[in-house]
Amino acid sequence: MPTATNARALGLMVALALLVGVLCVVSLQIGSVPLAPRTVLAALAGQGDPVDVIIVRELRLPRTILAALIGATLALSGAALQGLLRNPLAAPSVFGAPSAAAFGAVTAIALGFADTLSYTLPVAAIIAALVSVAALFALAGASANILTLLLAGLALSSLASAGVSLALNLAPNFYAALEIAFWLLGSLEDRSFQHVAMAAPFMVVSWLLLLAPRSGLTALTLGEDVARTSGVQLGRLRAMTLIGVASGVGASVAVAGVIGFIGLVTPHLVRPLVGHDPARVHVPAMLAGAALLLAADIASRLIPATSEIKVGVLTSLIGVPFFIWLVLRQRSRDLMQVVG
Amino acid sequence: MTLAAENIGVRLGSRQLLADVSLTLKPGELVFLLGPNGAGKTTLLRTIAGLVPASGRVLWKDTDLARMNIRERARLMAYIPQGHVAHWPVTAREVVAIGRFPHASSLSRLSAADDAAIDKALASADAQHLADRIVTELSGGERARVMLARALAVEAPVLLADEPVAALDPEHQIGMAQLMRQLARDGRAVLAVVHDLTLASRFGDRVIVLNAGRVVAEGEPLQTLTPDLLRQVFGINAEVLKTETATALVPWSRTNSNRSE
Repeated sequence: MPTATNARALGLMVALALLVGVLCVVSLQIGSVPLAPRTVLAALAGQGDPVDVIIVRELRLPRTILAALIGATLALSGAALQGLLRNPLAAPSVFGAPSAAAFGAVTAIALGFADTLSYTLPVAAIIAALVSVAALFALAGASANILTLLLAGLALSSLASAGVSLALNLAPNFYAALEIAFWLLGSLEDRSFQHVAMAAPFMVVSWLLLLAPRSGLTALTLGEDVARTSGVQLGRLRAMTLIGVASGVGASVAVAGVIGFIGLVTPHLVRPLVGHDPARVHVPAMLAGAALLLAADIASRLIPATSEIKVGVLTSLIGVPFFIWLVLRQRSRDLMQVVG
Repeated sequence: MTLAAENIGVRLGSRQLLADVSLTLKPGELVFLLGPNGAGKTTLLRTIAGLVPASGRVLWKDTDLARMNIRERARLMAYIPQGHVAHWPVTAREVVAIGRFPHASSLSRLSAADDAAIDKALASADAQHLADRIVTELSGGERARVMLARALAVEAPVLLADEPVAALDPEHQIGMAQLMRQLARDGRAVLAVVHDLTLASRFGDRVIVLNAGRVVAEGEPLQTLTPDLLRQVFGINAEVLKTETATALVPWSRTNSNRSE
């Protein structure tokens, strides 16, 4: 019954929020100078060793905040796209939206319109992501056909990768190319509050645009004709999702590079617990996305390696096998339907 | 209190899907929309529901539906499309709750009145026992009832259903037809597309016959579905079989065995 589902969803959200809190503290502890939880909390309040205070508040806090914000934003984008397209395989990274955003940002830098700390950078990334998602909607059309969608996504992500390769190709010197390449790997290393300030406004816009119309996604469960005859303004819902996803993905990529598959994975993690109603997935998915990226970023710092493992590499290493598993599950389900 | 479609025309590229179609639908009557494949039945139903750009107009009590806002319109007409698709494995109750979308500000905070409407709709469609089942796991007959319950939860005076009995077994076909007739008796205006002429002539108060985008006949079923009309429009000969308890129109043979369709 609905009340039981509501209670379970609320319980899950409280549990996830606690998990995010714990992971934030752990994230503040980890680094070249390991700190005890008590030291971290004291340093947050500005007390204790001044060096610890600087390490926690100025080096690790922005990184931690960005991990939580970007995780939540990417997860919400995935949940919103899956709901709108009525397709559990939908997510920004599957369609190359982050690569497109990266292309936009790289081009802006290469052409000298932006440096890595100006608002021009997220704007360029958002515009490129906007074009990519709009092209996907146009190519895949109104149908929820999984094959059309994935083929359109494949074409668009190839195009975005080609654009990024072109930027690398035309990079003025070796170091510029290396910088672009590292940035594409996706990382939260050495991020400051300037990065937070640069991305956060666009992320808040993205949240508002994606959360407000989510009841309409529930009506879309029965297809576009039922949604429209139920009073859903489908054009508005599409436009809000388009701009919401683009500004969320664009802002994330502008400050942290390409971090894929958070948007694909997290909705699936919360669905068994909150049910499949697409509107119910959004908020728990945001919390789960924040927890997931925080955990991945912590892991990227703990894995022993000569240079720090980039968090974007880590999420892809987890995300791609998960995607393959989803495809296999979908295939066996289709097979069962054919058999009866 | 009449729904009236006036001079509806729909073009798709160079094809005229509907031409000069007019019809009326009154509360209390069950009207079946008949016609061969490609006659324009679904297009007409979707046009009345406001899903297809068309010339002409659709009126409810002298108000042009094009002037109503989308939510007002959603409260006036409930539409059940073909196929009874559900894209997510949600519960039947969650599906029926979608019917409250035109009334509620948010589906996650339904009022007591919304819950009551959902319960009543499930009961009217004889689907209470399915409420907690996952809709994608239901049989065709069960799913048809859940989709009907969703439309009933709208509490709209007009119900439009596209092939509600397709792919149902005989028991569920008769059950669905009886349900639709009961809904009409309770004061709704019901317009449904069907292919089954026997069912249409038995349960319908009226039938409207479409062919090649035009209305070619309209009226009381057995008087309208004359041998001439069945031959010309459907390419079939039918028998009217009478017993003490039943009169049934039964499609029997093709008029031209060379006809490809």
